This record gives sequence, structure tokens and C-alpha cells, in this order.
Amino acid sequence: MNKSLLLAGVGGQGIILVSKILSEGLMEEGYDVKMSEIHGMSQRGGSVTTQIKFGEKVYSPIINAGEADVLVAFEKIEALRYIENLKSGGTLIVNEEEIFPLPVLAGLEEYPDGVIEELKNKVDHVINIDARKVALDLGEAKSSNIVMLGVTVKALGLEDIDWEGKIKKYLPAKTHEKNILAFRKGLETL
Amino acid sequence: MKKLMTGNEAIARGAYEAGVLVACAYPGTPSTEILENVSAYDEIYSEWSTNEKVALEVAFGASVAGARAMASMKHVGLNVAADPFFTIAYEGVNGGLVVITADEPGMHSSQNEQDNRLYAPHAKVALIEPSDSQECKDYLKRAFEISEQFDTAVLFRVTTRVCHTKGIVELGEREEVGIKEYIKNPKKYIMVPANAKEKHIEMERDRLPKLHEFSNTTDLNRIELNDSKIGVVTSGACYMNAKEALGDKVSYLKIGFSYPLPDEKFKEFAEKVEKIYVIEENEPYMENFIKALGIDCIGKEEFPLCGEITPQIIKKVVLGEKTPSTYKLDILPPNRPPALCAGCPHRGIFYEMSKYKNKINVTSDIGCYSLGASAPLSVGDTVVCMGAGFSAGIGFDRVNKMAQRGKKVFGVLGDSTFFHSGMTGLVDAVYNKSDLVMVILDNRITAMTGHQENPGTGKNIMGEEAPMIDIVSIVKACGVKEENIRVINPYIMSQNKEAIKSALEAKGPFVIVTKQPCALIKEVQKKRANLYSEVDNEKCTKCKACLRIGCPAISMVDGRVLIDKVQCNGCTVCVQTCPYKAIKVHQERGGENE
Repeated sequence: MNKSLLLAGVGGQGIILVSKILSEGLMEEGYDVKMSEIHGMSQRGGSVTTQIKFGEKVYSPIINAGEADVLVAFEKIEALRYIENLKSGGTLIVNEEEIFPLPVLAGLEEYPDGVIEELKNKVDHVINIDARKVALDLGEAKSSNIVMLGVTVKALGLEDIDWEGKIKKYLPAKTHEKNILAFRKGLETL
Repeated sequence: MKKLMTGNEAIARGAYEAGVLVACAYPGTPSTEILENVSAYDEIYSEWSTNEKVALEVAFGASVAGARAMASMKHVGLNVAADPFFTIAYEGVNGGLVVITADEPGMHSSQNEQDNRLYAPHAKVALIEPSDSQECKDYLKRAFEISEQFDTAVLFRVTTRVCHTKGIVELGEREEVGIKEYIKNPKKYIMVPANAKEKHIEMERDRLPKLHEFSNTTDLNRIELNDSKIGVVTSGACYMNAKEALGDKVSYLKIGFSYPLPDEKFKEFAEKVEKIYVIEENEPYMENFIKALGIDCIGKEEFPLCGEITPQIIKKVVLGEKTPSTYKLDILPPNRPPALCAGCPHRGIFYEMSKYKNKINVTSDIGCYSLGASAPLSVGDTVVCMGAGFSAGIGFDRVNKMAQRGKKVFGVLGDSTFFHSGMTGLVDAVYNKSDLVMVILDNRITAMTGHQENPGTGKNIMGEEAPMIDIVSIVKACGVKEENIRVINPYIMSQNKEAIKSALEAKGPFVIVTKQPCALIKEVQKKRANLYSEVDNEKCTKCKACLRIGCPAISMVDGRVLIDKVQCNGCTVCVQTCPYKAIKVHQERGGENE
């Protein structure tokens, strides 16, 4: 049976990098993998998603309503935006970080309260983590995406793949130490 | 060797393996990474061409001279290149010539979702559609063989889901096909009427019947027989979506060579299956053809014409499956549209323009400046296509005068767009004595598509130093009077203010060139890394003037205005906008830097 993952967040959070690492690790493990990255205007702070499917044979990575086994939201309200893609009984991994979108900053819309509570009340399996705080404690806020990678890997039960090798391949040498620590912190969260 | 590659990376690999020697493109989502990846191969000459028409013409010249050549572009780029495309169809090739069009069903990052398959029957050019990364590589090699075998340009059509989906690709070796001999042949390559008449007849009489026969026999069009109750005719990304949705429950006719379409294969398939669904995004291109053959099929009666056709839609239509159950929440998220970045050099002048809402109209263009049209700046009356920022402004201004609206028109575009097709509008404005104000936002890069070099940047795609084409010199050479030109630093609000005021009072064409590099350029980020602005909460009266500049780094949290140090690059537009001087710029090491 194929597994599907939907990663959602904000342009600049490093979602595409995490998706590349995940996809390559899965391929080396012997899975067929398809990963769809929709970008273009994404660097400009818009909402970004990537879709990954893996299994014996995958044709299309596209995930629609009720189809994702796992939804990884790199920002709280992105979990709200994409929750309809999660299948009943699926797992939601959510970063508690708040990134205000422009309509909120400009006072045109409001950033909602009680998001995590709402998610925990309504969704069966929720893993919430303040990945930015975890990363900041390690001294590098930018590594929060790698913390999320660790949580995701653990939730999928895929710890045996050489993820640290992939992190080293895709990230600059001077950041290896902190990113590997961030990854391990993510693994430990569960 | 196996590698995980996007369709675009695989196309680049295919170009390398096919022995391509010349590759040209103009950046445009979802096609941009094709040439970026091609440029990593030293064996291939790559160039960012000034626009798509130039790209196709350069590739055509290379083909006639004997090399395998290709031009890649987004779907709307082929409109720009349509002029050479239709006549190259008559002339044919020497070295193989492939035109890659990256279409965008669903418009993830485009202004329309035109279906460029229709260009193939219109121009009578062979059409190939790969479905995934492996096919991108393999079919591109086939495209060059077909191009040379049938003496025709080949249109290679991919869509966003093919371009931007990573899949596993088996790599091959490069085949050096070399450069063919060039023999002068005016009857073939000089399309004056006498020769064109001959070539048109030749194309209809000789080439198209051969391609038609090929379409019926090639393995690019293949039948996969499973159950005979339902048959699916499909191509491109839709084939993958159909397989994902229906697996081996149905039979398939997978079309990889889609102009000319294989009538015999359709008839054969119709005999083998009871009911046919045609699954294709956007236009009913294959469906109309199949129906014209007298074959019953279900297409756009059930499938949407607008947007993408996902596996879920296919399951609903073909299998009658319901949407799987999911979660519904009571809290709705606020919108998150893309926005001008913190520190974007376009913000200041857009903010200044936003103050003249009742005095000006703004014809905007394709690029980051289209983001200036969003709230709270809301600067922009039109966005159509590359270059229209100037030319549409000329027409708008004429009618504003006829209607005596007393409003000035500002046309806005960027440096790369200026070279692409803004220059022609500039010449038009001068020649036809327009009073248009032309604003060229020169941020030293092609920004929206992810930072490509252009004629103004002083570098080319191969990383070499290149002549830097000077925009201001062009403006002067086109005849804009010195007193009607302002070259300003858009981080300095007084300069924005003065330029716009002068423009409003000026007669004749007026040009404002803003010069400040994109805030996301690596060197710029490095240089400004320690700069940030901070609010003095004792002075701040919470008037919210700073929030009106629409900067994603500035927020109001619990009644206090806060500037995010990480995002802020100290551009100081907010500092200059604050009426109470409550914002100061700092340098992390080395104190204040006002």
C-alpha cells in the first residue's frame, strides 16, 4: 500500500529541502517515490505545499481531499488550510510556530486563537511541537525544518534510513552539527 | 545509474544525452529549471535569450547551421515565439530542433492556462507529450530523432506536474551527434512567397502523411489492455493520474505522440473496449478528434475543462467513488497570498504611488511588481502579459485624455521585462508622443522566477562576465528628454516622492528608473544581514502608518508594533514613513546607522 505525505507551510521555511531529503532517503530504501513541488511565487511568503507518495509503484504524487496519511504543517494555520487533505485516522504533525500572513499584518484579517486546541479536539492523531523553539535552543532558528524532518521520520517509523548522510549532502558543511542535533531532537520528540 | 529528478532536470539530462549543442530559453514558471540544469553541462552552449521569440530564433539558426538545438519556455512564451514557430514549420530543420512548452493547467504561477497542444495542429508541427521524468529524458531523445528523420521542428509539451514532480530516472550516456554539414538552400530556408508556397505544399503532401503514418505505428502511442469494459485515452500528466486512480482496472491508450493523432490506433482501441473515457487537461483536443472519427467517448461532459484533472476527479467520474472522509474544523485560516518581501526595493515607490489613487492609473506587468496590486498597497489597474505595462499604458492614457479624467498613467515593469518586450513600448510611447510615465524597477535580476541573469546583470547563465546593457542609455537613445528622466534609489522616500511629483507635472514621455538590487540576492543579503529597524515604543503612537506599507516584517502584536529582526534588512522605508520618528535602523555590530 502506498503512503502519502502532504507538507504545508510558508515560502522560505525550507519545506522543499525537507521534501528532497525525504524523497531521496525513500528511494535509496528501495521505494518507488514521486514528489511534487509547486513553487514559483512561493519565495514571496505565500503558502507552499509539497506532496510525496512512496510504495511499491507510484504514478502520481497528487493528494486531494481525505487522501494524505500524514499532514506535516510547518506553521499552525497551514494545518487549518490543508486539514481537509488528511484522511480520517491520519496523523497531523504541526509546528506551533506562527507566521503572520500579510492580510493579518495589514489588519485586514485576524490570526485565529486556539488553533492547537481545535486541532487536538477534532483530529484523532496530532503531534504538536514548537520546532522553532527547539531549533532556537540549539542556537539556529533556521534548523526548525530539520526538527520537523526528525519528527516526521519518527512518525513514519523510518529511523533506519541514513538521514544524517542526506542532511550532510544537502546542507552547507558549517551547519551540519546543528542540523544533525536538530534532527535528533525531532526524533526524540515522540 | 538511477537518480531522483524533476521533469525539468530530466529534460536537461535528455538534452545532454541527445548530443544537443545549443539551448536557449527565457525564464518562466514552470520551465525555468530546464535551462538552469542544461547550463551545468559544459558540452552545451546555453543562453538566457532576451525573450522567447529570440530564444526560438537562435535555436533555429543553430539547427540550420547543423547542430541539435532547443528552445524552452512557459506556455505564454510560445505566444511570443509564435511568429518564427509557424514559419519554421514550413522550413524544417538541419540539426534536430525541439521547442519545449511548459503549460500550466491550474495556473499555479501564470496568468492563463492556455493549452499549447493546439499550436501543433495550427502550425502543423509534430507534438510529443511525456508523462513523467523518465519519459522526459527518453522522449526528448526521441524528439530529436523524429525532428531529423522527418525534417520538422518538434513541439515537446510538458505541464507543471511533469516539470515539478520528482521521479526516479535511469541515466544514459551522451551521444555525440556532432554538427551536420550546412548546404545553402534558399528554397528551404528563405521563406519569400515563391518558396513558401512550395514548402507549404510539400509539408501537406509529403511530411504530414509520413508523420501520420508514424503516429499510427510508433510505440510512443501504446495500448495497455486490461479489462475490456472501460478504456481510457490519455496523455501527459493525466496518464499518471489515471494510472494512480484506476490502476489495472481499465485499459489504456497512452498517447505520447499527439500530433498528428493516430486515427487507426483510436479505431483499434474502440474495437477492444466497450466504453471510452478521454482524460485530458484543458481543451478537448483528443476528444474532438475521436468524436470526429465517429467513435463514442466521454470527455468534457464529465471532466472539467478548467484546472487540473487529479486522480480524485478521475475516481469520481470513472468509478463513481465518493470523496474520502476527512476532518472539518470550525476555525478558518486567514489567507496567505504571496507578498513583496521584507526589504523589497519595489515597496517604497509603490507606497508613494498608492498615495495618488485618485490621480493616477497604473498599468502593471508580469513579475514581482504584480504583487504591488495586492492590499494594502493596491497599486495596479491592469496586468496582462510581458511588456503590456508600457504599451497598455499608452492606450489607457489616450482614453483618459479623451474622457478628460485628468488622470496620469504610470506603466510599471522590471529590468528583465524591459529587455524582453518593454523596449518596444518605450519606443512606441516616444514615437507616438504619449504622456505615459514609464517606471522601470531595476533590481538587477530576473527575480520572480528565482534569480536568473539578464542583459542588465553583467553575467550570463554560464557564469561568465557579460556586457552590462545600460537601461538609462537606452532610454536616452530612444529620445526621452533628459529633464524627463529620473534615476533614483527607491529606498530613499524623498527620491520616490520627487520623481513621482515631477512625473505628474511633466509633458511628454517620462521615465523613472529605480536602482536597487533584489533583497533576496545572496550578496545583498550578506551585505545587509546585520541591518534591522526597531520601534521605540515610547515614541510610537500606534497610528499604524508603518503597517500601510505592507511589509511582512512589521506586525502589531498585543497593541505593540513589532519588527521581525530576522526578516528586516534595514531598507528604512518604514523609518522614513513613521510620522513620529519612532523607528530607528540599527546595525547589529557597530551601533546605529541612520
